[in-house]
Amino acid sequence: MSKPIPEEEYNRKPLTPVIRWVMGEADPYLGNVEMRRPRDNAPSEGLVQSHRKDREEVIEQVFDREHNRVLKGFNVFYRFTAVLCCVALIAMLLVAVYYLPPVGHADNPTSNEVAARYIESGLQETGAVNIVTGMILDYRAFDTFGESNVLFIATCTVLILLRDDQKKKKKLPDPEEVRERRFEPGDDIILQRVTFILFPIIMIFGIYVILNGHLSPGGGFSGGAIMGAGLILYANAFGFEKLNRFFTEKTYKWVSFGALSFYCLAKSYSFFTGANHLPSGIPLGNAGDIISSGLIFPLNICVGMVVACTMYAFFTLFRKGGF
Amino acid sequence: MLIFEHILLLFLVACAIAVSFSKNLLNSIIIFMSYSLVMSIIWILLESPDLAITEAAVGAGVTSLLFFVTLKKIRAMKEEDKKHE
Repeated sequence: MSKPIPEEEYNRKPLTPVIRWVMGEADPYLGNVEMRRPRDNAPSEGLVQSHRKDREEVIEQVFDREHNRVLKGFNVFYRFTAVLCCVALIAMLLVAVYYLPPVGHADNPTSNEVAARYIESGLQETGAVNIVTGMILDYRAFDTFGESNVLFIATCTVLILLRDDQKKKKKLPDPEEVRERRFEPGDDIILQRVTFILFPIIMIFGIYVILNGHLSPGGGFSGGAIMGAGLILYANAFGFEKLNRFFTEKTYKWVSFGALSFYCLAKSYSFFTGANHLPSGIPLGNAGDIISSGLIFPLNICVGMVVACTMYAFFTLFRKGGF
Repeated sequence: MLIFEHILLLFLVACAIAVSFSKNLLNSIIIFMSYSLVMSIIWILLESPDLAITEAAVGAGVTSLLFFVTLKKIRAMKEEDKKHE
């Protein structure tokens, strides 16, 4: 309980000056400490002239190449050393390339028991016909999870660097930039017609590449990149306002968050069961079917969504600093 | 097919040198784009279609687009237009 006390008693308390100083009500040093006015910073006319003279003298002496022998010698030495370094580097790399084993030779150090295991039992263990997807989303799924997170973190960094908070700054933006933003895109009829035809095809191709990742070449990353490129094309042709009807910052946030956390949970489960030699309970299905190969199919979709959103987020952040 | 592959590889080297020697930034980005496209064809010839799709989508598509946007942001493209006018 605090009871009101008279003002004189309050002023006499030892902590009162500190509290008042912290709250910004009073400056305890005001009137007690001898203060000096800050020096006048504007330099005098003579000082400016002497500085300028010094500068000109320095420039004359340093950059006067015709008469400065040290500088001339250094320039020649610099060029000579640069060329020498380049040639030495190229020679070293060429020698290294010369000693590389031939491509696809059976005795190469890369064709060891790991590759043999992948090729021999990859289909039974992962259930994916496309062995590359089986590798990156099953044997090395942890790497792929890290890559997805790298993409997400890269977007966050770009968001920190390029985002412009109009509400916070309350600064008048560059008028030219505003005009550019308002008339972007410049209502190009050719681009709009072409996009009208191409956009569905691109998106369907991207979805096809993602969904068939475990059957044919492709997978989450490539399909996601194709879909992201399609989104960028749409934004360029019809403007951000039309795109914002189905893709906003909220969409980006929730899709990325949901896909990454689903990936993390699913892979944690599969690592846990795999490390403890438990049955995972996820059927591998019939190899060659669309819905088969266990976790690879949903993980492909997750990676694809994260990549597509990230590609578009990069573009829109570069373009106008926000969604 | 071997001759075709060699032509593509020579084109790659020529592109890589041309990018660094091109004075115009826009030109060097377009050359870089063609480099990625040829690289994706080479990936197919090396029998890795997975990489070819990714290279075509990311290297030739999204990266070059981001470069274009950056050029426009730093007003490098506008000055070129003014020079031509």
